[in-house]
Amino acid sequence: MPDLSIDFCGVKAPNPFWLASGPPTNSEYQVRRAFDAGWGGAVWKTIAHEPIVNVTSRYGGIDYDGRKVVGLNNIELITDRTLEVNLREIARVKKAYPANALFVSLMVESKREVWHDITKRTQDTGADGIELNFGCPHGMSERGMGSAVGQVPEYTRMITEWVKEVAAIPVMIKLTPNITDITAIGSAAVEGGADALSLINTLNSIMGIDLDTLAPKPAVRGLGSHGGYCGPAVKPIALNMVAAIAADPALRVPISGIGGIQAWQDAVEFLLLGAGCVQVCTAVMHYGFRIVEQLQSGLESWMQERGFERISNFVGKSVPRIRSWGELDLNYKIVAEIDQNKCIHCGLCYIACEDGAHQSIRWDKVPFADFVRANGHDARLVRSGDALVMPGAGGDTVNVFTINEKTCVGCNMCSLVCPAEGCITMKEVDTGKPPMSWNEYQALLAQGKTVKIQPPKHV
Amino acid sequence: MAKAGERLTALELVRNFADEPPPLAADEVLVEAGRCLYCYDAPCTRACPTNIDIPKFIRQILHKNLLGAAQTILEANIFGGSCARACPTEVLCEGACVDHILMKSPVPIGRLQRHACDAASAKKVRFFQPGPPTGKKVAIVGSGPAGLTCAHELRKLGHDVVVFEARDVPGGLNTLGIAAYKISTDFALSEVELVRQIGVDIRLNQRITSAGIQKLLHEFDAVFLGIGLGRTYSLGIEGEHLPGVWEALDFIFQTHTGPLGACEVGRDVLVIGGGNTAIDVATAASRLGAEQVTIAYRRGPDAMPAFAYEYELARKDGVRFEWHVQPIRVTTTNGVATGVEFSRTALDDPKSRKSKLTTIPGSNFVIQADMIVKALGQEPLLDLPQNLPGLKVDSAKMLVDPATGATGIPKLYAGGDCIRGGGEIVDAVQDGKNAARGIHALLSAL
Repeated sequence: MPDLSIDFCGVKAPNPFWLASGPPTNSEYQVRRAFDAGWGGAVWKTIAHEPIVNVTSRYGGIDYDGRKVVGLNNIELITDRTLEVNLREIARVKKAYPANALFVSLMVESKREVWHDITKRTQDTGADGIELNFGCPHGMSERGMGSAVGQVPEYTRMITEWVKEVAAIPVMIKLTPNITDITAIGSAAVEGGADALSLINTLNSIMGIDLDTLAPKPAVRGLGSHGGYCGPAVKPIALNMVAAIAADPALRVPISGIGGIQAWQDAVEFLLLGAGCVQVCTAVMHYGFRIVEQLQSGLESWMQERGFERISNFVGKSVPRIRSWGELDLNYKIVAEIDQNKCIHCGLCYIACEDGAHQSIRWDKVPFADFVRANGHDARLVRSGDALVMPGAGGDTVNVFTINEKTCVGCNMCSLVCPAEGCITMKEVDTGKPPMSWNEYQALLAQGKTVKIQPPKHV
Repeated sequence: MAKAGERLTALELVRNFADEPPPLAADEVLVEAGRCLYCYDAPCTRACPTNIDIPKFIRQILHKNLLGAAQTILEANIFGGSCARACPTEVLCEGACVDHILMKSPVPIGRLQRHACDAASAKKVRFFQPGPPTGKKVAIVGSGPAGLTCAHELRKLGHDVVVFEARDVPGGLNTLGIAAYKISTDFALSEVELVRQIGVDIRLNQRITSAGIQKLLHEFDAVFLGIGLGRTYSLGIEGEHLPGVWEALDFIFQTHTGPLGACEVGRDVLVIGGGNTAIDVATAASRLGAEQVTIAYRRGPDAMPAFAYEYELARKDGVRFEWHVQPIRVTTTNGVATGVEFSRTALDDPKSRKSKLTTIPGSNFVIQADMIVKALGQEPLLDLPQNLPGLKVDSAKMLVDPATGATGIPKLYAGGDCIRGGGEIVDAVQDGKNAARGIHALLSAL
């Protein structure tokens, strides 16, 4: 069995699956349930000296054609419980679960002595680490906290320094994605002494408008406010930011990857792009703590298959694969190929290519009888009464789609929309040319050693 | 003969004639609509005789635009609600659905279509307006789906339309001839109302003879015949006109014209035939309280014209099948039918309807029944074409140009069962649309 245990900035955990600071880590009751379910660590929901007051409603979901909550946002604030209660419960949990990693998220007003006080009191609980919430984009930011700090490198560095002045345990800075360059804030945090970075926090968002009431979602007596967006839909944004931090040679700190993780594959992607552990929130809010079983078993199987014995074997392995566009090979070519035996004749590849891409799929209407004769699709034929029908055939014809390899630019679009597993694959074509990146091409052009690449002719 | 009300309680009858299949619940609708892949040049749409843009309306349902969905359906097929209920979707749209390949079962297009049409029906939305008046008049003979569709299309184009219906209820077989658990009489009449609303003048109790058609051809700028078919084909055996022997459509009609409790039904019902009408009769008889229902067919299950779904429905209703039997005579006691004597048949090829059939000597036997229903399909209305010189016919139907419904007689068009010798509602609707296009072209050229 592969070893899933990790050492993350000096904190050990039985696996890389941690709960992110948020509603699932609000209380002792929940975190105990989480650790019992198998979570390797947790970041306690952000605490402060004074409990905040919340509104109802608080969450908004995005459904996509029948799939629920592909994105979630919230206008909920940090803890609404007293500092004493939180600290007492944190201490009890840590004592009961010594092997699990327990970080505590903090957010207080930007005063040195206030940060000192809460840092000291937090580490007195026995917690393994501290996470500074410089990320929440809603509510607290209006009060000069959360992303109001995380959007300004100077503030980020300054507060990190304050906390580090008294911290005896690792300090992780949670970054907001609501910035133009994540490395600028990451650098400031590291300069301030951060032991680790966690990202991303939620994205600023308005979830939608209720078309009956014209009120925003979620609504509080008909009014709404921008909130923090998370869930599966934000994963690609998070991966990009994690990779940017991981690839920055000046930022040699452990990364805790956060953003839309719901399946084990998502977690592995974060790890491959440089995260030493991952944090999950939305998927737990949707399905409960039990999803950690899926994450663990998927990761284990994958590691076993690939021959990885421990997590550190592959953390960051894909980071060198992320390059600037100018380093990509202009002479590499793939084209789509449609497996006619797997085609279900839905036409989605055709119309995607025709209207949205490069007009490189040929559409033939083949008479039903000819099609059956030519393809031996007897198994798909259904007889009922006098009728002989075949799914995919209609009006006595079958739409047959084939790739025009001469004009196909290998964009992937048809294979992305094809609903039949394995029907459209992209295969490599030998262009007979040596690899040449844009950067190399520019250099060769400047030296007069190559001619201009001609635009495509078929459009 | 007993009445259904003597065998079953009113509640049992209502339950037995509840919609089959039942309407989808709201949650089912979203899940099923979500399955639709939104195919391009979709096989389902191509497989629909009226070419309803199915991916479009399913996506409208998915995006909670039910009225838009209903409009998409009704623009292509004003009988969309009836077709949703009674179409043999397994060999049309759903037979073509590509989800059959991926999921081993198609998107339930018919039931989704019903959901959208029911929503519009409940809100009594009027989607269509008459076109600007053209001053042209068209007479429609027969208010079945072909005639009413033709009328509706022509009215949308601004022509004046009068429909002449021989019966005292409008809608033809769509109202009276479909199993009542598929299309209720009320629903069928509500679709007739859509046609009336746009300003089509529907006149009942107007039986038109061939002389009457000549007169209409004089008085109107064009005439459309949607007259359907005549009586059930006879068995050609002794005793088939005795009391106790019914024609299929008469049996079905009674489930629409009166309360279910007043329907006559035998204790032992014997249905002769292997088509969808035979199934409709058998299932209706069973649901009306018959104790034993038997379908007797001269060939085997592989050669029966009834669709697989219909066959399964009958089996679920407990209908017994007697295969490979040919009726010889109706047995009687005191002038009343008591059963049918059959002879067993032998076939060259049991899977082919066309294969030669011979009776096996000495194999005769009797199936006892107090109600015998002939379900052999309907004869064409032969006297009408014979008295209209120039009308082309073959043994079973009038001959028309399929693209326009034009007959050999100028200004005279036809569609529906009378040009098909029997077909589905959806076919009749398309005939009505085609003829309306043909008539409009004619009138526009005047």
